[in-house]
Amino acid sequence: MRVTSYVDAIREASDLEMERDESVILFGLDVDDPKAIQGTTKGLAEKYGPSRVFGTPLAEDAMTGVAIGMAMAGLRPIHVHIRMDFLLLSMNQLINIAAKAHYMYGGQLRVPLVVRSMIGRSWGQGAQHSQALYPFFMHVPGLRVVAPTNPHDAKGTLIAAIRDDNPVMYVEHRFLHFQKGPVPEESYVVAPGRARIVNEGRDVTIVGISQALVESLRAARYLESVGVTAEVIDPIWLAPLDMDTIIESVKKTGALCVVDNGWTSCGAGAEIVSRVVENSDRHVRVLRMGFAPTTCPPTPSLEEHFYPNGRTIAAGVYDLVSGARKNWMPDERADLAEIEFRGPF
Amino acid sequence: MTDSRAHSRFTPDLFRDLYRIRRVEEEIARIYPTDKIKSPVHLSIGQEAIAVAVCRALRPEDIVFLSYRSHAGYLAKGGDLRAMVAELYGKATGCAKGKGGSMHLVDTEHNVMGASAVVGTTIPHAVGYAYAMQLRREPRVVVSFFGDGATDEGVFDESINFAALKHLPILFVCENNGYAIHTRQQQRHFVSNIAERARVRGIASEVIDDDLATLLGRAEDAVASIRRGEGPRLLECLTYRWKEHVGPGEDFHLGYRTREEAEPWYARDAVRLSGEALSPEDRSRVIDEVEKEIAGAIAFAEESPFPERDELYRDVVAEAR
Repeated sequence: MRVTSYVDAIREASDLEMERDESVILFGLDVDDPKAIQGTTKGLAEKYGPSRVFGTPLAEDAMTGVAIGMAMAGLRPIHVHIRMDFLLLSMNQLINIAAKAHYMYGGQLRVPLVVRSMIGRSWGQGAQHSQALYPFFMHVPGLRVVAPTNPHDAKGTLIAAIRDDNPVMYVEHRFLHFQKGPVPEESYVVAPGRARIVNEGRDVTIVGISQALVESLRAARYLESVGVTAEVIDPIWLAPLDMDTIIESVKKTGALCVVDNGWTSCGAGAEIVSRVVENSDRHVRVLRMGFAPTTCPPTPSLEEHFYPNGRTIAAGVYDLVSGARKNWMPDERADLAEIEFRGPF
Repeated sequence: MTDSRAHSRFTPDLFRDLYRIRRVEEEIARIYPTDKIKSPVHLSIGQEAIAVAVCRALRPEDIVFLSYRSHAGYLAKGGDLRAMVAELYGKATGCAKGKGGSMHLVDTEHNVMGASAVVGTTIPHAVGYAYAMQLRREPRVVVSFFGDGATDEGVFDESINFAALKHLPILFVCENNGYAIHTRQQQRHFVSNIAERARVRGIASEVIDDDLATLLGRAEDAVASIRRGEGPRLLECLTYRWKEHVGPGEDFHLGYRTREEAEPWYARDAVRLSGEALSPEDRSRVIDEVEKEIAGAIAFAEESPFPERDELYRDVVAEAR
């Protein structure tokens, strides 16, 4: 199968859907500039014209409302934000209207809206360019949330999101943009509410969210060296969440670690762990990992301790499986080295 | 300034539109203490002429977006009266099946889009809808109704900027009743002329006093110019809220405003003046018809069932069509 990048997968999904359905339009700050949102919107303004692809004023609140009004009128807007942190300026529209419109207007209105946003990391992103706010959206009925981790799913979930009649928060991660992988050239859908087991194992279930999925797979490789086989699950869609796949896995392994790409308090991991425990008739050992409970610092010497990585996840999971503190930390392996952003932004 | 064309339009239909809204809300106020309506109501009494004048300039295919003080706009645009009263009663036959309430009226069949309780929130929806109309070359006008309080919000400035930038077919109607809940406009705005603020943003704007004839003429002109493709317009309509911010009563006892301040507005009451312009026979006929319709709507709401329990989870997610 053809190999392509996560960036190209997003661009291709947008292109295919815009060609297929003229009600699909795309806008956001800088979507039509020369950088084209890391290349994810490259060529679209030229192909579809400024009525369907346009840069916007710096007005996240109103432009989110404008997108909702367009969607109520039957368009299928894709609203792009180059950082997830900027969504905080859109919260009234997203939570009070987009999520609730279909319900509080008695089913008379629909909001088929896609909101793309990127979680930043590394090279000084710091406090306000690094936040992973998807748990805010998972909290609210009426929103769909998806965080694809590879190019195949980036394309298939974006197509699914565009075709969905509900608002979908499409969460990207700046590091995942570098991913390459097999992507079919034709159109296809990765449907809401289905997780994928990406590594089979017997001893522990690891659920990795967004970029943390990549780190969880590295952890699984480190764990092999101490004889632990980890079942790694990519939930793909966070709302609706495929709990059945996770619960089935934990029934087999008896232990669950959720690695969140965000803070653990009231996070996606808290939700997944709770629902597993509620649905389990035997004792399950659980662990949540995620951002350190502090503000993300830009300096590399502190930032490296802010995020879990393959080695720290492996160490935590080894303790979980062993039921004791083992003080084991694998040596870093060159073949499992972290992708480091080379900058500058 | 009085528009001479408008006097000839003091017809029984105009009186019917105004009187009907006034009487519906008076009936809501009458029923309210019985606790049958468990929905916070923000009455339009005193402000009806704006919604009526603007909506009379519209065609059925034109679209309105409303705020939480939306009974007048909903009814003036042709929203179903029985479904509205049933909605206030929380009944399954309500316009939102009892799941919206007074602050979220909707009737898409008559192009009344969903109203919102959060001030200013629907202004950009109207702008987005107008963008869709322009993109699809549908010759329809979109109207955004909001109060002076909404213009405090950043989303107002952001929205009118985008509407001007894209030359959209939209009419912004600011119903300036001088108060955001209990706080005077002068305590909130350094520049109190809202039309002037919009003009700076590139929107052709004007301030209109409470005179019904003027309102009718200016609304018609504004809608006609938008229909000709001349871009967005804003009407700042000065008015006065007779009742309390929320609820059925008066609120002069609170001390933030006086009855003396209200009296000149009572004297210019559009409902009374439009009725007095008719022959006694015409007036009685309209009154009889409206009273029957309202009584029928209340009976319909009272007799309608409450939603069944399974309705709690319906429409959380829109199913594929």
